[in-house]
Amino acid sequence: MNRFAFANCTTVDQALSELKDGAVLKAGGIDLLDLMKEGIVSPPRLVNIRNIGELRGITSGPDGLHIKPLSTLSEISEHSEIRRDYSALADAAGHAATPQVRNMATIGGNITQRPRCWYFRSSDFDCKKKGGSSRECHAHDGENQYHAVMNNGTCASVHPSSTAVPLLAMNARVEIASKRGKRTVKISDFYVAPEKDVINETVLQPDEIITEIFVPKPETGTRSAYQKYGEKESFDWPLADAGVVLVMDGDKCRRASVVLGVAAPTPIRANRAEEALAGATISEATARAAAKAAMQNATPLSQNGYKVQLFQTAIYRTILLAAGQIDRDPSAVG
Amino acid sequence: MSDTPKIEVSRRGFLKSAGLTAATTVLDTATALAQDAHQAASHGAAVGPDAVPIKLHVNGQDHAVTVEPRYTLAETLRDHLNLTGTKVVCDRGSCSACTLWIDGTPELACMTLAVDAVGRKITTIEGLSHGEQLHPLQAAFIKHDAMQCGFCTPGMVMSCAALLKRNANPSLADVKHAVSGNLCRCGTYPKVFDATLDAAKHGTMSSHLLNLNPAKEG
Ligand SMILES: Cc1cc2nc3c(=O)[nH]c(=O)nc-3n(C[C@H](O)[C@H](O)[C@H](O)COP(=O)(O)OP(=O)(O)OC[C@H]3O[C@@H](n4cnc5c(N)ncnc54)[C@H](O)[C@@H]3O)c2cc1C
Ligand code: FES
Ligand code: FES
Repeated sequence: MNRFAFANCTTVDQALSELKDGAVLKAGGIDLLDLMKEGIVSPPRLVNIRNIGELRGITSGPDGLHIKPLSTLSEISEHSEIRRDYSALADAAGHAATPQVRNMATIGGNITQRPRCWYFRSSDFDCKKKGGSSRECHAHDGENQYHAVMNNGTCASVHPSSTAVPLLAMNARVEIASKRGKRTVKISDFYVAPEKDVINETVLQPDEIITEIFVPKPETGTRSAYQKYGEKESFDWPLADAGVVLVMDGDKCRRASVVLGVAAPTPIRANRAEEALAGATISEATARAAAKAAMQNATPLSQNGYKVQLFQTAIYRTILLAAGQIDRDPSAVG
Repeated sequence: MSDTPKIEVSRRGFLKSAGLTAATTVLDTATALAQDAHQAASHGAAVGPDAVPIKLHVNGQDHAVTVEPRYTLAETLRDHLNLTGTKVVCDRGSCSACTLWIDGTPELACMTLAVDAVGRKITTIEGLSHGEQLHPLQAAFIKHDAMQCGFCTPGMVMSCAALLKRNANPSLADVKHAVSGNLCRCGTYPKVFDATLDAAKHGTMSSHLLNLNPAKEG
């Protein structure tokens, strides 16, 4: 790791003052220290926000769920109201990484972590995502079994945030502070596709701090679920993960949100699956049809065609799980 | 000096005593400074990149140590405080060999900066036993032969002991979940499960040692 100065802050204002000249925020530090140990980023100063009291806490009110960014994945997965009313989010937080990582990792850091791609994460490769001169994405002609199967023409990395999947399905909003004031960004606008900006995955500026994640109260009849598939059944990075929110009227689905995690460089909505489910009675047949529709436009690379099938399985089983028709899949990452 | 007795010292024993001397020196020179540095740091002023004196609360004792902010807690414990029970295998958060407790919760020493552990209660594998008296879970690990090369073992024990602290009567599924992040290349998992369930069964008898009884935790 490079040498750096360490500014331990106890207020957001302090942190905003320290956040200049290449300084980088540190929350749980899991992704940041990993990137620093690999020499992918070498900030001259870390601004430690972990001890900022005003960035802690979860409150569930009549308008919805207010999650402060330092809430850990463990806290989110164990929170009784999140488990009851926002269960896909509890599932996603509770199945990300390992128990130890979940005790340290914060939701602010989780949605802001950098993407997974071994070319991006190795200092031996000059890649355009790191501002390198290589015009080609190394994954296109290289080892690409874990890479994106959709929207992968410019860059085939995947964003691994498990919590971003239900947050997108639940239309969450991200509140961001800087010295210029506060702004609120829909999570659908928080992530940026590589075609727009190949270097940054989010709209977050270097001098900004996420101060809250807000999830609107689900309407009556809402049910949700999240499942993640990996190579191992104990902890693993996702190879395919799906978040599903169904607004049900008896057996009938009035409206559905279906979001795919590591299918593309950013979490994406599966619009075609949502259209297939709207107005339908949820059954194995409709769930399978929706899953197939979701993956219709997939563009797998030379080694990751299997992910298309894995996503179809993840989607249809998660639709049925959300509808309460089946139990959690024992072969999903637990 | 001629009457200095000649004693055989093993390499490890030598390293240990040398480490202790170094640590004590640091303690002497750094104690006063540590407070100031911590105060400066906690008020937003940056410390480093040069080494900063800090105070770490490990296994019930304060240790003064001077490290650069880029030192991880794992490196600091092992290289500066001679607490080598905490193992480093991947150094990237993905094997859990370096598991210890921070404020009673299992966390990773390799992904924690030492400067960020100031003011927290750190418990390492060395802090589980009372001198020669093993924690019941350590004893159960020996009884069930739950280790081979032993590299994953301190982390496994810290994960399982934390589980027993939360839940005095865990199921097999609970134990599996507790060690789901702990990688063991030697495949000792079945014996780790047996040892943990056995320690839980006999836990109340030994609760004076490890606070196995959650009612006592308050
Ligand atoms: C073995 C392993 C398996 C994993 N598996 C999964 C998985 O299955 N699913 C998953 O989602 N993740 C997984 N992860 C990744 C892990 O969950 C993330 O690294 C972690 O959530 C990052 O959170 P953090 O608080 O540690 O962030 P940090 O490392 O502190 O920060 C990450 C980034 O976010 C920025 N940041 C942090 N907080 C804020 C804020 N409030 N405002 C603005 N910017 C901020 C930082 O500047 C930094 O750039 C895994 C990690 C490991 C080691
Ligand atoms: S050494 Fe810390 S997790 Fe592997
Ligand atoms: S005993 Fe060798 S790695 Fe677990």
